[in-house]
Amino acid sequence: MDIVGNVLPQVLKDEATEDKGEMARLQSFVGAIAVADLVKTTLGPKGMDKILKPTGPGQEMTHITVTNDGATILKSMYVENPAAKILIEISKTQDEEVGDGTTTVAVLAGELLREGEKLIQKRIHPQHVIAGWRIARDVALKRLRDISTENDINSQEFHDDLVKIARTTLSSKLITTDRDYFADLCVKAVLRLKGSSNLDYIQIIKLPGGTIRDSYLDDGFILKKQITIGCKRRIENAKILVANTAMDYDKIKIYGTKVKVNSMDKVAEIEAAEKEKMKHKVDKILKYQPTVFVNRQLIYNYPEQLLADSGITVIEHADFEGMERVAAATGAEILSTFDAPERSQQVLGHCDLIEEIMIGEEKMIKFTGCKKNEACTIVLRGASTHILDEVDRSIHDALCVLITTVKNKRVVWGGGNSEMQMAAACEEEAKKVQGKQAFAIEAFARALRQIPTIICDNGGYDSAELIQNFKVELQKGNQTCGLNMIDGTIGNMNELGVKECLRVKEQALMAASEAAELIMRVDNIVKCAPRKRERA
Amino acid sequence: MSLAFDDYGRPYIILRDQGQKKRMKGLEAYKSNILAAKAVANTLSSSLGPKGMDKMLVSPDGDVSVTNDGATIVEKMEIQHPTAKLLVELSQSQDAEIGDGTTGVVVLAGKLLEQALTLLDKGIHPLKISDGFDRACDVAIKHLETISEEIDIQANEHEALIQAACTALGSKVVSKRKRELGKIAVTAVLDVADLARRDVNLDLIKIQTKTGGSVEDTRLISGILIDKDMSHPQMPKEVNDAKICLLTCPFEPPKPKTKHNINISSAEDYKKLYQQEQQYFIDMVNLVKASGANIALCQWGFDDEANHLLLQNELPAVRWVSGTDVELIAMATGARIIPRFQEITPEKLGKAGCVKEVQFGTSNERMLVIENCQCTKAVTILIRGGSQMIVDEAKRSIHDAICVIRNLIKDNRIVYGGGSAELACAIQVLQYADEVSSVEQYAIRSFADALEGIPCCLADNCGLNPITSVAQAKSRQLKENNPRIGIDCMELGTTDMKEQRIYETLSSKKQQIQLATQVVKMILKIDDVIAPDDY
Repeated sequence: MDIVGNVLPQVLKDEATEDKGEMARLQSFVGAIAVADLVKTTLGPKGMDKILKPTGPGQEMTHITVTNDGATILKSMYVENPAAKILIEISKTQDEEVGDGTTTVAVLAGELLREGEKLIQKRIHPQHVIAGWRIARDVALKRLRDISTENDINSQEFHDDLVKIARTTLSSKLITTDRDYFADLCVKAVLRLKGSSNLDYIQIIKLPGGTIRDSYLDDGFILKKQITIGCKRRIENAKILVANTAMDYDKIKIYGTKVKVNSMDKVAEIEAAEKEKMKHKVDKILKYQPTVFVNRQLIYNYPEQLLADSGITVIEHADFEGMERVAAATGAEILSTFDAPERSQQVLGHCDLIEEIMIGEEKMIKFTGCKKNEACTIVLRGASTHILDEVDRSIHDALCVLITTVKNKRVVWGGGNSEMQMAAACEEEAKKVQGKQAFAIEAFARALRQIPTIICDNGGYDSAELIQNFKVELQKGNQTCGLNMIDGTIGNMNELGVKECLRVKEQALMAASEAAELIMRVDNIVKCAPRKRERA
Repeated sequence: MSLAFDDYGRPYIILRDQGQKKRMKGLEAYKSNILAAKAVANTLSSSLGPKGMDKMLVSPDGDVSVTNDGATIVEKMEIQHPTAKLLVELSQSQDAEIGDGTTGVVVLAGKLLEQALTLLDKGIHPLKISDGFDRACDVAIKHLETISEEIDIQANEHEALIQAACTALGSKVVSKRKRELGKIAVTAVLDVADLARRDVNLDLIKIQTKTGGSVEDTRLISGILIDKDMSHPQMPKEVNDAKICLLTCPFEPPKPKTKHNINISSAEDYKKLYQQEQQYFIDMVNLVKASGANIALCQWGFDDEANHLLLQNELPAVRWVSGTDVELIAMATGARIIPRFQEITPEKLGKAGCVKEVQFGTSNERMLVIENCQCTKAVTILIRGGSQMIVDEAKRSIHDAICVIRNLIKDNRIVYGGGSAELACAIQVLQYADEVSSVEQYAIRSFADALEGIPCCLADNCGLNPITSVAQAKSRQLKENNPRIGIDCMELGTTDMKEQRIYETLSSKKQQIQLATQVVKMILKIDDVIAPDDY
């Protein structure tokens, strides 16, 4: 009923709800802050991990995931709160765009909203808060770019930077004790790409068994397949034909064809014709004179035998990705027709050695000395699949950051240095701005400062004291100071070698402020009636 | 349900299943309808203007969208009430016709209905009210035309167009970058506009979204961006001086529409068929190759064999290109869409300076860009942003801006925003009301009040005192005879909208007032609602 006493007609559908004004805002703040608080404890080198348990009958204990990766945690969560969904969305985008900083972006957006809530309670209009945030964001971004440094891509300094960045990224993960080892490994893998950003060339193979330390970088290419029985297990100076063709039987592709015969003889004849067609195909393949034949699809016994008889090593059922990688690494063309043997030089791939190797208990095929030397394989070992999965995610993060750095080249100091610098810039700006926006700019600075604070808290240190000391140190003009998370003091990031990629920080800052603004602007939430689902 | 009884006290059954229906008549029906429509208008009213707020909408499947666009809000609210649905349609028809002002039209309709409610309470017949509204509407429209100004869209590097786009973008989440985005929109529209005919085909502007980066990274590509990549990973990633063959037939043996059977009864047939099949593929590729094409875009798929043959013949190809993209490419490159292989001729090929693959982010997402098309009459706006919701909202905002610019090219008359035009009309309508001697006078006066509701609402959303600021603006308009005085939403220190350069198209304003009046008239004519009880 409205104030006058009229009964308001129902406008929306039955189960739909509508929240307005304060209620709507409260709902978004609560949701977004809850999500941010959830991933907050994973931030920084001393952050903790989460166990993710799938719901659904029968699989409670089987497929659990242990992770520290913000995007993975948020992606697997089922939330209903719309504002929380926005935070999850930006974390996903961060993952796709730069691969790291997925926790930071969600936490920063959450902290911004926490500060925003306080301002709203002080009766500052959301639009004024947004206006202030926009000023603050630009100032912060400018400072961030100003403090970043750039090194020549071929210099030793750049190489050192890369190692440091990888170490910083990995230090918050499970493999923090072996971070030097893995940092080196990741940098080597990325440098092999020679500036290309195609992560496909770096293959990660996970094999349970051994310890994390037993992981290694293999400069060859490893295919998780087996060589067909009866073929040579070691081929030197291999000529490889990579194919994607049916080697079981050729379907007739002309529409509406049916085989109709009237006697047993005819059946035999057609069978012979079929066989002959296959032999014909094999003959054509042989004309290319390969020594190794890799096919994506399965190969029936008959053609397999024909090929093996001719001394060709056959690898069947290579998956799609694997095949593309083989082709890329060995410089082969993926063939589906075999009518141009004169092009054999162009289409065949080369590598010095193909051999079957044993890693743990599994047999695999290793291609060494490939024509295009960009591909490489990281073999991960570890005590359980959960550990391996987490290591895989960590390495993936590190590789993404490294590739981004190679592209962007600019780096900033880690250990909360960049956030503190940005916060300082915002506070300076706040002193110059007239009007209520200044409160919002100060709030932005506080939110930025929360990131190092949380890192301290997670490490069990006295954050209030550390952050204040940090501020003073920066004020003194010590540009390279940052959090030393080993001793719980303020240290020199240059000496500790803690660096981060500018692009990651930029993206986190922009995405978080955009998302916070988006949520802040909402004054009305309409939830439609949920679609009825029939239970199967 | 009211019942009629016969002489014996038995109820008449008039409607089928009368017991299961509910019915509202007379004043009760009017009021219920008006309240429902008002509820929708109230939801939208806080989104009006540069400082309007957004709405968060959760779809039945749990997807979230955040938007400021009136048409989108009412569409996604899934409104059930029949009268309220009329407002949804109202907003959508404004969107279809003009593209902008979708919030304003609903808010105006809400204000009119509010006024109608008080008039009904006074005991004025609904038809009299609607007649009065109609007459007032005519006066307002006429006055709008007299206060409108023609602007020179060419002057000062299309500054006027950019300003109009900025006005449209000002209320959206992307408002921080309104100047940049406005420029992008203006350039895009001018690239494809036919200035001689004063027409713009908006199909030629493709808006592609991609999450990642920030709204600042949004850019205009003078060409077409399609979300596809080359069919074979080893095909060249860049084709210069492309001659494009646009196919709408698959690289497959023909499939006649009539059902038929080919029966194979001997090994000889079998072999023959096999050869013929091979020949088909070779012929197809040769036909394309012979025409001189160096890239083939196909609406359908093709199998591994055809794919490899294409690679072998150094003919890069793209498969599963969507139908709209095919048409766009045809228009841009001057290519003819070829439905059969036999009909490929060199004249039918489209030409473009460059076709290349571009990559985004770390997750290996690739897209194709067709640049420097023969007839550069197609552009793509690539929108970036931190999350899907932002990108979607930016897309809607840019669409609005593009529509505004198109309307200006069609008709370069503008009125000033900030509620000034509504206020000027209100003053005019009020004057006219005094000349009318019948009952309609009250309705006409109420129409003027409703028009004043728009600046009121604007001021309210901007945190100004609505009554004071509207009163001030009104008295200044009368005193200075200046129809450009409005509400200073952005707190720039002047209420003259000409100085603030808040441009709105005349066509949009006219349409808003007309459409809102029409819908209100329609709602006022309903005096009986019969609906199933459980509805």
